[in-house]
Amino acid sequence: MLKNEVCLTNDEKQKLISMANEIRIDILKMVYNAKSGHIGGAFSSVELLLTLFSKSLNHKKKNDVDFFYRDRFILSKGHASALYYAILVQFGYLKKEELLTFRQLGSKLQGHPSKKFLDCIEISTGSLGQGLSIANGVALGLKLDKNESSKVFVLLGDGELQEGSVWESIMSASHNKLNNIIAIVDKNNLQIDGKTDDVMSLSNLSQKFESFNWNVYEINGHNYDQIYQAYEKAKLSKEKPTCIIANTQKGYGVSFMNGNKDWHGKAPNVDEYNKAVEELR
Amino acid sequence: MENILNDNENKQSMRNIYGEILASFGEKRKDIVVLDADLSSSTKTNIFAKKYPNRFFNVGIAEQNLITQACGLSLTGKKAYVSSFAMFATGRAWEQIRNTMCYNDLDVKIVATHCGLTVGEDGASHQALEDIAIMKAIPNIMIYSPCDAYETKKILEFSLSYNKPMYIRLSRCDVYDILNEKNNFNPYKACKLLNGNDATIISTGEFTYNAIKTAKILKEEENLNIEVIHIGMIKPIDKENIIEIAKKQKPIFTLENHSVIGGLGSSVCDVICDSNYPCRVIKFGVNDIYGQSGTVDELLKYYHLTPKQIANEIKKYLV
Repeated sequence: MLKNEVCLTNDEKQKLISMANEIRIDILKMVYNAKSGHIGGAFSSVELLLTLFSKSLNHKKKNDVDFFYRDRFILSKGHASALYYAILVQFGYLKKEELLTFRQLGSKLQGHPSKKFLDCIEISTGSLGQGLSIANGVALGLKLDKNESSKVFVLLGDGELQEGSVWESIMSASHNKLNNIIAIVDKNNLQIDGKTDDVMSLSNLSQKFESFNWNVYEINGHNYDQIYQAYEKAKLSKEKPTCIIANTQKGYGVSFMNGNKDWHGKAPNVDEYNKAVEELR
Repeated sequence: MENILNDNENKQSMRNIYGEILASFGEKRKDIVVLDADLSSSTKTNIFAKKYPNRFFNVGIAEQNLITQACGLSLTGKKAYVSSFAMFATGRAWEQIRNTMCYNDLDVKIVATHCGLTVGEDGASHQALEDIAIMKAIPNIMIYSPCDAYETKKILEFSLSYNKPMYIRLSRCDVYDILNEKNNFNPYKACKLLNGNDATIISTGEFTYNAIKTAKILKEEENLNIEVIHIGMIKPIDKENIIEIAKKQKPIFTLENHSVIGGLGSSVCDVICDSNYPCRVIKFGVNDIYGQSGTVDELLKYYHLTPKQIANEIKKYLV
């Protein structure tokens, strides 16, 4: 268990809760408007990404003088793009009205994040199994630059860990002692075809990462205190990369989407949309 | 140009030149990093590794991680040279090359060795005959297939100032010297090695030597004057020069150490089909089949790719 080394105040938590509701509504609007997109895996990661951007990720704009020393974030589960864009609005990287261009021709907000269209992100993602390996390279580069302050955060899905390439990078991160890597696994236990345990079981993920010589913290991925504490603790790692296994619910926040695999990649109809927004207001 | 056909033939290893020149770049260019996947003694990146161990990363037998890790390094402003055998560097990691390296237009150079049939005894599993085809279909990537050690050196020097994705295709075997400073190396341009008005052979990679040999045989046996053009840059290809050749309305023969599907020959056909100068193109390469074990000489003979066999084939069209 984590010690309470860092804490969020009640006010901070209240603010995060209200932001999370707004973000979920934004996601619903985007997917409803685009008539396609991924709600389930976006909702499961809301608290993880919101806490990261609010409290732990030292993110910077390109013209900031200390841009070089920013922390890096890579959305390896690129299908959670709607969440990423909603977050970028909250932190001033995008305008709110741009969200309604999601998935449209020529939009900055491509179906999966594209640096070609949206320069404020680190790199395009979308094809699963590549983000952690990219992070390995970034982490090595930061070390070559003697940049000890920047961390590399990567958000992966649990289904994504079925990709063999992920394990290549898990191996190399600990081999190279990349203590500047913090991998967050959104473990919502569902993937397109059903439960991960039924499709291709990941069994004991903590043990797997530990046996690859990673630090592992297992948390409730919807609990702000636990998330914040895990991030801050991970930043202090001296030798090992850190994996935060965040137990989450796919579709969290809306009753009829919660824990339902069918909401992986479909758009709500007007009734579903209205009902979902009402729950979040 | 006549010296190309003299008897003072000298062979050098493209791989050794690659390893040596990469290590020499390391001194001035502190931004260069090199990655390999457990083949550094074959690809010769071990020379760089020995000199600059902190800028060399061996990812083990894991080509997918090889490519995306290099991409990550490039995001921090590094210039990444990545090596493995052509089969694995391009084949195993194709989607990483497509979706991360090229889609993001990153400064990563894949310098793969052991291309084509001339891998020899290792057999089909190690003989990359489709690598040009699968790389060529990806946007943003430059593809180069040098014919000798000199050109290998020149294209590597060029790569220092080119900050986008590249695939450079090298051979296992030592190859004959063909080019030198008199050829005025221009990476984007086709290079004329022999004049001739009866037909043209366009070739790439180490097989350019075989093209010259073929032309020599046709001269000796049939008094045919065959133009020989070497194309190193397969993508973007020198359309202008190919169209100039097509304008002559003589048969064009292409020759490459690759499948006839999707290689140099296909690119030449694409250019000609799209021009106003239709002409006959006959492709020499591996005909949509796998390779197998054997010595290089045995393999070339088996797959009908020796200069003698090609010359006999060309005669059917010209004599």
